[in-house]
Amino acid sequence: MSIIQVEGLTKSFRIAERKAGFFGAVSGLFSRHYRNVEALRDVSFEINAGELVGYIGPNGAGKSTTIKILAGILVPSSGRCEVNGRVPWRQRRDHVASIGVVFGQRTQLWWDLPVIESFDLLRDIYRVSQDRYVATRDELIELLDLRDFLDTPVRQLSLGQRVRCDIAASLLHEPTIVFLDEPTIGLDAVSQLSVRAFIKQIAEERHVTVLLTTHDLDDIEAICDRLIVINDGNLLLDGTIDDLRSRYGDGRYIAVELESFKDVPHEHEDLVVERSDSHILFCIENDVPAFINHVLAEYPVKDLLVTHPPIERVVASMYQTERIAS
Amino acid sequence: MISWRGYLAVVVARFRVLLQYRAAAVAGIVTQIFWGCIKIMVLAAFFAVAVETPPMTFEAVVVYIWLGQVFLGLLPWNHDSELEELFRSGGVAYELLRPLDLYWFWFARTLAFRTAPTLLRMLPGTLFAVAILPVIGLPEWALTAPASVMHGLVFLVSFIGMVLLSCAVSILISISMFWMLEARGLVVITTGVVPVLSGMVVPLPLFPDWAQPFLQAQPFRGLCDVPFRLYSGDIPLELAGQEIAFQFAWVLVLILLGYALIAHARKRVVVQGG
Repeated sequence: MSIIQVEGLTKSFRIAERKAGFFGAVSGLFSRHYRNVEALRDVSFEINAGELVGYIGPNGAGKSTTIKILAGILVPSSGRCEVNGRVPWRQRRDHVASIGVVFGQRTQLWWDLPVIESFDLLRDIYRVSQDRYVATRDELIELLDLRDFLDTPVRQLSLGQRVRCDIAASLLHEPTIVFLDEPTIGLDAVSQLSVRAFIKQIAEERHVTVLLTTHDLDDIEAICDRLIVINDGNLLLDGTIDDLRSRYGDGRYIAVELESFKDVPHEHEDLVVERSDSHILFCIENDVPAFINHVLAEYPVKDLLVTHPPIERVVASMYQTERIAS
Repeated sequence: MISWRGYLAVVVARFRVLLQYRAAAVAGIVTQIFWGCIKIMVLAAFFAVAVETPPMTFEAVVVYIWLGQVFLGLLPWNHDSELEELFRSGGVAYELLRPLDLYWFWFARTLAFRTAPTLLRMLPGTLFAVAILPVIGLPEWALTAPASVMHGLVFLVSFIGMVLLSCAVSILISISMFWMLEARGLVVITTGVVPVLSGMVVPLPLFPDWAQPFLQAQPFRGLCDVPFRLYSGDIPLELAGQEIAFQFAWVLVLILLGYALIAHARKRVVVQGG
């Protein structure tokens, strides 16, 4: 059953432009030029309850705009959208009570208050009963390991601590849907891993539906079952990570470790991704076994490893293909 | 269903944060007392050489000035810089994520923003005006009790009207940021206009006769002139009902205006910074 339905969603912004420099500023006082920016063009998708969906695209693709419309913050220019059976921007107050949102680049906690007081405040704002609140809060504190800095004012937290607190804050009222806008941005490797593990765990245990935007494709590989890609306001792909690979990067990486750097044939330069004295990395699109046989016969091979191309390359090649196509 | 719990929690939390600004409070107290004394000296000089009988008694003027200084922080001439920061940084997105009515959510914020600093500042100022001035030999400059118990009660009701009016004006300044991104421009205007029209600078009855019809009708009068003159008895008790109704009518009008503006702004929200 789909819990999020988006149909033909379009959003355009009118942006006042002015020329750079002093004369630009002065002329802007008398006549203003407006430019329409299409942030979203006819985007449609459905998400089922309990799904973990990654929403990716380059900067300015329209990811955050989509999240903000789904969260009831922005009103779209046209199109239909229902979340939990409600139109987000029309029934905003009921709607926001049933969702949790994290904007990784901003905090929803009160800057000057200790973390725990921000949580208490959210309990009152969302009118969570004391019993439910204590149970949820303590579980989140445990899972996200927040105990050590609960009494610290938010402004003194490190980024990793703050993001973990923000994620906890978005879940205190036990929402059924969570929108995470770049939750791992700027985090160190350890924090990234713990945030990912937590998102996955909470989604499974609480049957929360998660829509996550990110630039970090490891997030997607670690967390998401499904991938929606947009670029320039257009939906490019909606499917699994395997779909993405088969469409835009159905090759194999063959990493060859060499016995010696003598007697190495310099051929197939167009297939070589990297080359050093002791390693060569090939990217092969088709007939992989034949190529491997060729390498084993002609090269002083010490070791050989076949892998998928890293997803970054696949996505980069997708963006490139689509740019050429459009 | 309307629940006050969330709004009340916002007021309390903001209130507690704002009570931390003790240095600002101390600075404010000194300024208040200094200006209170200067204004009284100036007006005392005018009263001493007045050829006609002034429209207010000197006692009523002293009450007017001291109450004005004590409640200076309630005057809606500036804006909540925290809200401004939310607009500039795009944090306003989170404000819209709360299951609260945006107008009353901000009203709650504004109520704390107006009352907490005022509470910090009013006690020392009052102490000075009530207790210290008589001791140092200036009893005629001191703040006295309301004209009667009844005047005191009427003042309390009018004081509530004053706080609500102040919040309703402040929130209009905040809402303007939906269009202007920052309130500085508007605040330059309100800083000039509000203290004058409320009576904070010069008590309104001392303005020329030709200005009176306008001064009596405009909303800012409800911020100082009405409550302070009810306190001193300069406005007779028979007119108290009418004056308080005037205050609350303006409160209602400004709240409806703010409500309509927020509803309009919601349709064209653009969140800064992606």
